[in-house]
Amino acid sequence: MYRVDLKDGADLDGFRRALRGLVALGADPGEVVWSVGAAPSLFGDDAPLPADAPPVSLPRPVGALIESVVCHRDPERYALLHRLVWRVLRGERDMLDHHADPLVHRLALLDKAVRRDLHKMHAFLRFREVRDPDGAERYVAWFEPDHFIVEATAPFFVERFESLVWTILTPVGSLQWDRRSLTVGPAAVKPEGLDRDDRFAEGWQRYYESTFNPARVNPAAMRAEMPRKYWANLPEAAAIPGMIRSAPARVQAMIEAEAATPRRRNPDKAVAAMARQEPATLAELNRIILAADPLVPGATQAVPGEGPVGAAIAIVGEQPGDQEDLEGRPFVGPAGQLLTRALEEAGIERSAAYLTNAVKHFKFVARGKRRLHQSPTAGEVKHYRWWLMKELGFVRPRLVVTLGATAALALTGRSVSVLRERGPMGFGDWNGFVTVHPSYLLRLPAGETAEQAYRDFVADLRRAREMVGEPPDA
Amino acid sequence: MDDALLDKLEILADAAKYDASCASSGAKRRTGGPDGIGSTTGAGICHAYTPDGRCVSLLKILLTNYCLFDCAYCINRRSSNVRRARFSVDEVVRLTLGFYKRNCIEGLFLSSGIIRSPDYTMEQLMLVARTLRRDHGFAGYIHLKTIPEASPWLIEQAGLWADRLSINLELASDRSLKEFAPEKDGTAIKAVMGQVGERILEAKEEKRRFSPAGQSTQMIVGADASTDLSVLETSDTLYRRYGLRRVYYSAFSPIPEASSALPAKPPPLQRENRLYQADWLLRYYGFTVEEIAAGGEGGMLDLGIDPKLAWALKNRERFPVDVNSADREMLLRVPGLGARAVDKIVEARRHTTLRLEDVARLSSGLKRARAFLIAADHHPGGLTDRADLRQRLVAPPKQLSLF
Repeated sequence: MYRVDLKDGADLDGFRRALRGLVALGADPGEVVWSVGAAPSLFGDDAPLPADAPPVSLPRPVGALIESVVCHRDPERYALLHRLVWRVLRGERDMLDHHADPLVHRLALLDKAVRRDLHKMHAFLRFREVRDPDGAERYVAWFEPDHFIVEATAPFFVERFESLVWTILTPVGSLQWDRRSLTVGPAAVKPEGLDRDDRFAEGWQRYYESTFNPARVNPAAMRAEMPRKYWANLPEAAAIPGMIRSAPARVQAMIEAEAATPRRRNPDKAVAAMARQEPATLAELNRIILAADPLVPGATQAVPGEGPVGAAIAIVGEQPGDQEDLEGRPFVGPAGQLLTRALEEAGIERSAAYLTNAVKHFKFVARGKRRLHQSPTAGEVKHYRWWLMKELGFVRPRLVVTLGATAALALTGRSVSVLRERGPMGFGDWNGFVTVHPSYLLRLPAGETAEQAYRDFVADLRRAREMVGEPPDA
Repeated sequence: MDDALLDKLEILADAAKYDASCASSGAKRRTGGPDGIGSTTGAGICHAYTPDGRCVSLLKILLTNYCLFDCAYCINRRSSNVRRARFSVDEVVRLTLGFYKRNCIEGLFLSSGIIRSPDYTMEQLMLVARTLRRDHGFAGYIHLKTIPEASPWLIEQAGLWADRLSINLELASDRSLKEFAPEKDGTAIKAVMGQVGERILEAKEEKRRFSPAGQSTQMIVGADASTDLSVLETSDTLYRRYGLRRVYYSAFSPIPEASSALPAKPPPLQRENRLYQADWLLRYYGFTVEEIAAGGEGGMLDLGIDPKLAWALKNRERFPVDVNSADREMLLRVPGLGARAVDKIVEARRHTTLRLEDVARLSSGLKRARAFLIAADHHPGGLTDRADLRQRLVAPPKQLSLF
């Protein structure tokens, strides 16, 4: 016979050590007596276990099951786990898949009970705020779990309340978190006076009572998920008996009450006002755009369009670049300067055109000190489209010139091959013209190709000018 | 928290409770870290249950119950005499953080009556979410109700901060909407669902954050004359066309200050329950709306038995099925076997030939299943086709004691 003495509670380390010894000796589960928290045996006839047996290699799901089941209160848990390991090592490596096996089924029930207990502790534990003498915020909770799960719940509470200072007390152990480290302490007794001086606790009770619908009263469904044993430590539960008792009368009163005579309030004005919520001017729209958050975090500010309402030509680019993002104005960076020059050569006065971008925020990846431009995705273009359309609606240009693929996508809703399709194109409500983005010209290596591309760009702009009826060059 | 705030909390929690949704699931794992607060675990947690059996997971409140709309089924309609209140953005933020730190909630479910304009209302909702996330590093769950009449850009801004967006359809047919909710527009609601659904898909593909837990909706059951069939057909369309995560069904419940168009009566709770069961059959058990409806009569589900059993009783020629050889789809159609039990059966039968007692360890619904199942040591024989099978499976009504 072998006798194994383990500590009270979930003694995972002790079990692991014993298991290694038992496996090394080839001990049959039938020959092992497991005892928990007892004085060492008075009789010296039990064979000692080797102290430094090698680790046992087990399938991962078996390891996870052991970690869970050792937390259970069942005194048989260690013996059952030993039998499981014994069989796994004797060839039944997939035995956990055999859900109908009586041992697997029994262990699954223990595991389920532990997991439910963990879940209920995450759910039903309530912190109370206690003020330290120095006024610092501190939280304390008292909870009574069914099983030895206090340490197992720690990761959940640390993750969730990492920035708070808190203590969890239970009859089987305690946890303390000081925003940096966790201390696992001994069993505790229920502290006095936790219920005092916390208006939020009172608020929670009022909320709980108000969110209950008396017409649907169903205490059995409540008790299935929140059994009575938890009520003692849930402050809101004190109201339950009264809520159930008064429910039928409350419902009866509602049903018997005559249908309410509506208050005579004429809502026409309010309802009409509701329809007028859309921005009425370009300035109002721009205020909205400036207040909005970028879809992809990072940009300094939104960059609205620029130019007169009623401009004959609206020019739509892709998105603000590094410099535009800092200055809050469109087309002020290198590509903008190139555009200004080309406009001039084409006979279009920059200040007479309306300049804007399909996307209003700069999107980039940081590389050291530099912010590298990243093209907006199709989804982002769609997100900003609503603004662009409103904007054009206010400006009412006779021609919309798109620079590059992103702007063409925003106006047409499809991907446009700019080099192949450049030239006039209908954009639904708008007469349109597709051409390249000046940043494309900047990327071409200097030489004849680049010069030709620039000349083509200027020619496009000149054609655009002719389309809106401006006289050709004198 | 002062008394005035407590009073507002009471009014605005009461005003929000007719919304059935309270789920806090579906969000990606996330934590607030040393400077923020909170976490989401993916599965969601119910922090309490009220005596109506409903889970309390989120702080479910309205920003205000003042409303310009006049929906007959709603306690907050403009013509109702109910007490009114309004939170500031800051008050909602404070309440959310206060309850969250006490581990009372998983997060916030914020909705609102329509005040001033849909845009103004939507912007206030969005500001609450933005303040929580940006100024307080709040990593808990946020569910925002979308105001379908608001401008698209505002709804899309809300999606940057929320875990879930929802728009309540409330009534299954456009005709009922017109009659009972004159300011609502079914086409507009569906257009916004389409818009939000599209943005969610795009964001997923482009790995951006936008309402990561999807969108949901609610339909009120028993206020209008819609049949279960038409409710389920609407749900089916919503799941397929707009990729909704959940459709909630809410039995029309008596409210104080009921309208004369829809006077108070007890809520059809059993009907709501059967619709939820049917909804699961649609989403996880491979049933079609037609099959489910065929289990009942005249487009209404059988209130006495669950819809899967109702279907099986009308399709007995498909049973009994052999638990050791039937494919997964057919096992899912066996009354009493849930999806998880079926998965365990499929895994376990690779190791052994299942007997009835094995099945009993895998499923708690064996009482209903045994008439439809063949196991190694069990054949239901004529039981499957007995005329009184329904009576045998439905628990006999309790004997009333007469005094």
